[in-house]
Amino acid sequence: MGAGHTHKLYRHGHSPVHALPPHTKLTAVFAFVVVVVSTPREAVWAFALYAALLGTVAYAARVPASFLLKRLLIEVPFVAFAVLMPFVAQGERVDVLGMSLSVNGLWGAWNVLAKGTLGVAASVLLAATTELRELLLGLQRLGLPPLLVQIASFMIRYGDVITDEMRRMRIARESRGFEARGVRHWGVLAKSAGALFIRSYERGERVHLAMISRGYAGSMPVIDEVTASRAQWSYALTLPCAALVVCLLGWAL
Amino acid sequence: MGTVTDVTDVTAPSLEVAGLAFAYPDGHQALFGVDFTLARGERVALLGPNGAGKTTLVLHLNGILTAGAGTVKVAGLPVGRQHMAEIRRRVGIVFQDPDDQLFMPTVREDVAFGPAAAGLKGAELEARVDRALERVGMAEFKARPPHHLSFGQRRRVAVATVLAMEPEILVLDEPSSNLDPASRRELADILRSLDVTVLMVTHDLPYALELCPRSLILSEGVIAADGRTGELLADDELMRAHRLELPFGFDPRSVTMGA
Repeated sequence: MGAGHTHKLYRHGHSPVHALPPHTKLTAVFAFVVVVVSTPREAVWAFALYAALLGTVAYAARVPASFLLKRLLIEVPFVAFAVLMPFVAQGERVDVLGMSLSVNGLWGAWNVLAKGTLGVAASVLLAATTELRELLLGLQRLGLPPLLVQIASFMIRYGDVITDEMRRMRIARESRGFEARGVRHWGVLAKSAGALFIRSYERGERVHLAMISRGYAGSMPVIDEVTASRAQWSYALTLPCAALVVCLLGWAL
Repeated sequence: MGTVTDVTDVTAPSLEVAGLAFAYPDGHQALFGVDFTLARGERVALLGPNGAGKTTLVLHLNGILTAGAGTVKVAGLPVGRQHMAEIRRRVGIVFQDPDDQLFMPTVREDVAFGPAAAGLKGAELEARVDRALERVGMAEFKARPPHHLSFGQRRRVAVATVLAMEPEILVLDEPSSNLDPASRRELADILRSLDVTVLMVTHDLPYALELCPRSLILSEGVIAADGRTGELLADDELMRAHRLELPFGFDPRSVTMGA
């Protein structure tokens, strides 16, 4: 139950990357991904340069390679799809190790694989260096509607409380000899889920009461003003700018 | 807020409730004319059996429920729509479940919520948060998320969230529930050290005796008794009439109070 404030993707640290304001990091990652996606797939060397750029960021953030690689595993289902492409795509074919593969499909697979991996790696780096709470503040700063940010931050705060409530209900069920086996017991589980929903709803009402008791009038007061200096912006935007240069070279050459 | 401060009267009692009656929309009447006054700096217990209307009364004190009849005044300022923000700053309610009270991701942000909603910013806000946390002995937990604290610690932070608003009166709903004896004593020490008016809603009669020189008994929607806590608890007939029972082996007459 480490969820909540210290989510599993986050890696505590005090590197210059950790210290950047969240909205600059969000902007940088988004711009980087856009640049990577718009690079021609034939410019193989460009993708190697992108990977090197991310490596530099990881080094600056003191995120070890093993940490990064383990979290890249989330990409596996997409990779599986990419691997299928050379077999099913149409067009000109080549023989590799006795299998007939589509050239177009091979390029397509490479395209998905390279761009996907770079995008996921950039996001993993963002998550590893930014706390969930900070990400929300950053998103709010970038203009995400405050209501969505409030909903998300309540999810962070109450995720554990509700999981715990669910666990207690399970223990209570099992203590009375119930064990979910097969379809016949789904009714009981569905009723538990309903009860959990009602309890959470009532908790929501009590929390709302506590909020208005402390002066809540529809908008969250700003406690931490997130601001970024020009230096911080330029530091964060070094990554997408470098990537943009690589991308333009990729189109030019 | 100029008009609001004009109404504040330093000589007025912290809380004045007069003729307060209330019925829920479903027709269930919870309060039938409640009258009492708390002087500045008093610590008073509100005792009563389940269903006596204690929570309903508490929700009237900061205007979450508004009375069908009667008035509530906080330091001379009547509870009403015009100055709800000021009323809610003056009346600090600590709810029973700290998980309801602490809704922000970190202790610091939670304590800052009330003052920030009132418009405090920057260094002043930070100082207010630090002072409130120091008063409950939780200063070193500032950056922690509330759900990683023990129950007793969460209760103390909940008190700090309200103290940060520098309230005129602190209202505690069952402050000792679910606390182990050590946390219970720590909370008592904290409450005694505060220089605000305290209204404590509780079933925990020994705790009321320990902390509050004066008690009110709310029963069936009216104040059935108002007097010195020790005397009320020693009145067997009164206690029985309002479903109040002392814990086994506890004799209020044998307790010697400093206050």
